[in-house]
Amino acid sequence: MPQTLRPENEDQLLDAVNWALSRKIPLNVFGLGSKSSLGQAVSVEQGLDMSALSGILSYEPSELVLTAKAGTPLHEIQSALSEHNQSMAFEPVDLSVILNGKEPSNEADGTVGGMIAAGFAGPRRIRQGGVRDHVLGFRAISGRAELFKSGGKVMKNVTGFDLSKLMAGSMGTLAVMSEVTIKVLPVPEKSRTVLVQGLDEPVAIAAMRAAVNSPHEVSAAAHLPQSVAARSGVDLVAGSGAAVTAVRVEGPGASVETRCASLRKLLAPFGELEELHSQRSARFWAEVRDASFWRTTPPDTTIWRLSVPPSRGAHIAAAITRECGAEALFDWGGGLIWLALPDSRHKIVRAALDEQDGHATLIRASDSIRTTVPAFHPPSPSLAALSRRVKSAFDPHGILNPGRLYPTDAA
Amino acid sequence: MIMPEPDADVIARRDEIVLALRDIVPGEGVIAEQNELSAYESDGLSAYRQRPMVVVLPETTAQVSDILKYCHANGIKVVPRGAGTGLSGGALPLADGVTLGLGKFNQIKEIDFSNRCVVAQPGVTNLGISDAVAHEGFYYAPDPSSQIACSIGGNVAENSGGVHCLKYGLTTNNVLGVEIVMMDGEIIRLGGRHLEAGGYDLLGVVTGSEGLLGVITEVTVRILQKPATARALLLGFGSSEQAGDCVGGIIDHGIIPGGLEMMDKHAIHATEDFVHAGYPLDVAALLIVELDGPQVEVDLLIDQVEHIASGCGATYSRASTTEDERLTFWAGRKNAFPAVGRISPDYICMDGTIPRSQLSYVLRRLSQMSAEYGLRCANVFHAGDGNLHPLILFDANVADELERAEAFGAEILKLCVAVGGVLTGEHGVGVEKRDLMGEMFSEDDMKQQQRLKCAFDPDQLLNPGKVYPTLHRCAELGKMHVHNGELPFPDLPRF
Ligand SMILES: Cc1cc2nc3c(=O)[nH]c(=O)nc-3n(C[C@H](O)[C@H](O)[C@H](O)COP(=O)(O)OP(=O)(O)OC[C@H]3O[C@@H](n4cnc5c(N)ncnc54)[C@H](O)[C@@H]3O)c2cc1C
Repeated sequence: MPQTLRPENEDQLLDAVNWALSRKIPLNVFGLGSKSSLGQAVSVEQGLDMSALSGILSYEPSELVLTAKAGTPLHEIQSALSEHNQSMAFEPVDLSVILNGKEPSNEADGTVGGMIAAGFAGPRRIRQGGVRDHVLGFRAISGRAELFKSGGKVMKNVTGFDLSKLMAGSMGTLAVMSEVTIKVLPVPEKSRTVLVQGLDEPVAIAAMRAAVNSPHEVSAAAHLPQSVAARSGVDLVAGSGAAVTAVRVEGPGASVETRCASLRKLLAPFGELEELHSQRSARFWAEVRDASFWRTTPPDTTIWRLSVPPSRGAHIAAAITRECGAEALFDWGGGLIWLALPDSRHKIVRAALDEQDGHATLIRASDSIRTTVPAFHPPSPSLAALSRRVKSAFDPHGILNPGRLYPTDAA
Repeated sequence: MIMPEPDADVIARRDEIVLALRDIVPGEGVIAEQNELSAYESDGLSAYRQRPMVVVLPETTAQVSDILKYCHANGIKVVPRGAGTGLSGGALPLADGVTLGLGKFNQIKEIDFSNRCVVAQPGVTNLGISDAVAHEGFYYAPDPSSQIACSIGGNVAENSGGVHCLKYGLTTNNVLGVEIVMMDGEIIRLGGRHLEAGGYDLLGVVTGSEGLLGVITEVTVRILQKPATARALLLGFGSSEQAGDCVGGIIDHGIIPGGLEMMDKHAIHATEDFVHAGYPLDVAALLIVELDGPQVEVDLLIDQVEHIASGCGATYSRASTTEDERLTFWAGRKNAFPAVGRISPDYICMDGTIPRSQLSYVLRRLSQMSAEYGLRCANVFHAGDGNLHPLILFDANVADELERAEAFGAEILKLCVAVGGVLTGEHGVGVEKRDLMGEMFSEDDMKQQQRLKCAFDPDQLLNPGKVYPTLHRCAELGKMHVHNGELPFPDLPRF
């Protein structure tokens, strides 16, 4: 077993990649390992541990910009931000909850570099954008063992190609980030959630659509079938004994109260209403964000995350649940579907998606499934070819996390 | 401005090329008459001009694909062009190049309220999208001042901004999908009506790629419900430091206004003379702060911002009470460029971004430079996100004024980078800032960006000579210099 390399600064990181390149030794790049079971199961023995490149380098709250070394633990960033009542507005998903059975909390596992590389955003995605929308710039070592940077440390910048977007969701297959700059935003003063009980899925999607399309600035809209709602830690949700559709508004107190009242009027025709205030609202949305309802499901349950056009959400989910005993949870007003289903039935999921329907990511599965089923949605042949050319523009010898995103580049 | 050496062979084959293009796009879609070509000589950066070899105006994606296939097979360069309002020379033609105009792609293909998006052809204007969905209370958020003219395809290519991007993002944050045709004619769809595109975020790099990666033939954008109310606040200050402090104060307070603009004395006077927006003339800096959302929230925040402003020494404060008044407040700002055009025969508009904390220093330096170069400079400024638009006033008929203006502009941009900012916040690099890229990026930084270009266009036929100061051949960019040998890092920790 080769020794894991653990560079402590950018020069050492460059040396490490250079050494691997010169010997064509593939690297398994990781931060704190919180997502080590996410993505394609690949066996790359040589580790590159990024956790020693840690620390916030600059944070100017009134600039809304924070720069940190890529290995900085997320919770460190989250606590620095919360001291100034700011946050990462896209609500980073804490995948440790379903991957590693962690309890949901305000302190996510993992490093900021890992969060960007995986690129999973939470409920506020519909209002504030995703991880990709908040990465302003970075420094990295490419698979060519060259240091490069892209973007900047200001909020508005169109100088050169926007490689920051490419880093988000690339699963460390293009370059090893050493430093990242992210955009941060003030935490809304108040949060409230209106719950509608007992809707079936198509009606729930229609209710969410009405809410999100209203002028009331909804910041999240989710739907939980009864069996999922029953596992919530929030009494009003678990105790409802029915499916729960939830719509959140945030902002200054007086505004939240008014909008909440307007939403109640809008949603009243759909069913029984309830309301969650501050603490409970926060707790509920953390559960939705992390899909924590499946934290303790048996290991032969696979968990998927589908990004789809909201209007297709109910149809796609129904096509899957009809076939097997799957549970579906909707977020992003129906545009995000989390699914839990028996692992023997995994083929149904991607078969339910037409070409224009978005894509499905396998989040959690047993090792045997993870070695045979592509974790990330296989792109069309032309897109796959372009993606391969992009990969080799950054990592021509395929030494960075080979196969972790697309099985074909492991070859 | 040095452009890639025109290919004499290609120019010699012009007639044959025109015929071939006419085969693909019949009728009036191929423009080859010299006097008609002159309309395409420049974009919004009119100081740079070049007559294109030929202009082609296709109407379908299949035609675009055939044009590119033909040009690719014959080694002919192609310059995509939208409405030609770009301010950095991105659509500047090439003497040996085909200018491919998307003006005939002017249809909205689908309005999809259930997925909150619009699918449009690239030649639809920015405002055309908002207009098409206004009846249901929706709009498309990014609003460049050129929105009545500029095309959505050009917006995607430039990643354009506007006065509302502090709260609502740039183009890149509002695009869901594109169809592009690559230089070899291949048609690819990136993204769609879903929020996360999956895999490498190629949509993210195509956005803002200034026509270097592919020709955009369809765009899917997110639309938003219009805020229930919007009110604007005019705040005047005795110094730009105080105005800058006020901007910081507003954000520190947790308020993200819909718009947060600043104008300096020159800009205030020029616009007030032109538009009569009612701006105070006895202040050194003016802020326009727009708050939008539910009425209660807007009223509350207007009070809070007024309070913050008076704490920063505001000498003037006026909140709009009617929609007409709000629009009048904006009319001044939105007409700042033409207003400056009235007081000077020519002007160039710079577009650097700086960390806001550097604002007063940068403004002080700007007025020193203005004296050094003997040229007036008016400043309008997207204050919320630090994006400066210094307008340098000059007269092209006076010997060497253009050169002085350009030198002044370059120095401003270098200053932006030196204080931690960037060369361009929304107008793009194009040819204008191409040779300044080295101020911000190392040779390795730029080479890595260009390798991405090679993945899309290995022969570098699409819009060459833009954005990057040196054209490297892709084969050369792909070469590796691997240092072989023993571990070069004895002190690298491992365990
Ligand atoms: C008065 C005025 C005010 C302005 N205000 C703003 C502002 O507030 N904010 C802002 O961001 N910009 C502003 N601009 C700049 C300009 O309007 C924008 O950059 C706009 O997006 C350009 O769109 P266009 O259709 O005119 O593109 P063009 O100028 O035709 O082209 C711009 C670039 O995009 C490429 N391109 C165009 N269409 C396509 C396509 N379909 N596929 C591939 N590449 C393509 C071209 O090759 C070129 O590189 C302003 C310009 C003017 C004249």
